[in-house]
Amino acid sequence: MSGHLTADHFNLWYSTDRGGTHALRDISLDIPPKQLLALIGPSGCGKSSFLRSLNRMNERTPGVKHTGSILLDGADIYAPGTDLPFLRKRVGMVFQKPTPFPMSIYDNIAYGPRLQGVRSRQELDGIVEASLRAAALWGEVSSRLKKPASGLSGGQQQRLCIARALAVGPEVLLMDEPTSALDPLSTGKIEELMGELKTRYTVVAVTHNMGQARRISDRTAFFLDGELIECGKTKELFCMPGDRRTEYYITGQHREK
Amino acid sequence: MTAIASVLFYILLRGAGQLRWEIFVRSPSPLKGEYGILPGLINTLYIILLTLLAAAPVGIGAAVYLSEYARPGKLTRLVEFTVGTLAGIPSVVYGLFGAVFFGETLRLGYSILTGSLTLSLMVLPIIIRSGQDTLEAVPAALRESALGCGATQWQMLRTVVLPCAKRGLAASVLLVVGRITGESAALLFTAGAASNLPRNWLTHPLSSGASLTVQMYLGISNGRYIDEAFGIALVLAGILTALYFLTGALTAERRDRGEDSL
Repeated sequence: MSGHLTADHFNLWYSTDRGGTHALRDISLDIPPKQLLALIGPSGCGKSSFLRSLNRMNERTPGVKHTGSILLDGADIYAPGTDLPFLRKRVGMVFQKPTPFPMSIYDNIAYGPRLQGVRSRQELDGIVEASLRAAALWGEVSSRLKKPASGLSGGQQQRLCIARALAVGPEVLLMDEPTSALDPLSTGKIEELMGELKTRYTVVAVTHNMGQARRISDRTAFFLDGELIECGKTKELFCMPGDRRTEYYITGQHREK
Repeated sequence: MTAIASVLFYILLRGAGQLRWEIFVRSPSPLKGEYGILPGLINTLYIILLTLLAAAPVGIGAAVYLSEYARPGKLTRLVEFTVGTLAGIPSVVYGLFGAVFFGETLRLGYSILTGSLTLSLMVLPIIIRSGQDTLEAVPAALRESALGCGATQWQMLRTVVLPCAKRGLAASVLLVVGRITGESAALLFTAGAASNLPRNWLTHPLSSGASLTVQMYLGISNGRYIDEAFGIALVLAGILTALYFLTGALTAERRDRGEDSL
């Protein structure tokens, strides 16, 4: 198990009462393990839909349909009989706004392990400390683990959510604009953290911030109107975009499409 | 606003004189020439408890099912439409139905139980509606965070959604307590008119019993207890005010703890 994701001719539709939208068009994309892939593109281009397809969170939207497949270490995650909670344990997720549960810092981190049936106090203590350390939050909260998580600052809450996602032992971490609700200082800390996380996990992050994509990602994929325009090494994609539309977008000239 | 204030003021003016301590511990007795609201208070309490016992679990269960499990479709829309329509039916219609169905068909007669079952039908749509609203207000990202940690739908519900919604759910039950306390029409033909103290606490629900509101109505309609009716009105106003503040406290504390801002 290494956390290697591959999308193979993946299509996604959202259907409503008044017709449907073809949200993802024939996406084929290889996401190598232990790297950080940034998904960029204008709002509504399908990058979040794609992210949410990687742990089947998109299925919570009513009327969603797909064709094609997404492989995690060679196995199709959309195959019938797939154990969804197990899939999501392997493919963790962090959201745009921090989402601490209304419980203590400790209980937030212990949440996932407890669901898996970990009961031993010692074991939980170990997981909580390791996860908080991995999310660079241990030093700030070690003395107040029993306090409500809602008392943390926005940036701390977001690192808490990262720690909570790490506590279940994922192989892949999906991040949906994880810093867009944070101030620059907190953003800096999360970016630094993301840089460390990618050495241990496969990280896929949606971002609207071109600077961020350049700073932290190994590879970048550019989406437009549900299509994957191009995907490549971040340095190459930003220096020599292979497609006009990519160039327009990353230089901020998207309007003159 | 002035009109409401003047009504309250008038009730206070005429009712305050009636609130001697004796009325809270006595039964009304035309023979002894005494008046009291103890049986009415006890009957009201019975009706509240029995109604909640019947309606709260079903109502909250239905709200959970509709907002968490039911796939949006024709059936859900039909249920929601029905719930919406039921909520708008005048309470006297429920009273008629309750008297015929629970009272005659199920042979429960004029009893506190018949009244409570009737009221539970009446408040069920309210609990379902407000319960659904409360549950749907729990942010999607919070739910997805739980699922993202490997929670099943049920685990997510139990560990994240219900704890977040419990105050709101409690508030919707309190709201319904207010409705029950203030209801008279639906009780008039179902729960009966007796103002007796319970002889046996367990079998009391099977006997006829007037709630405070029904006692008040009867006192006014026979013209003998107009002043006493103002006393009851004041007691009812006091109970409803207390409920109002309790509900407010429940929802306000939730805001203080920042749970709404998630």
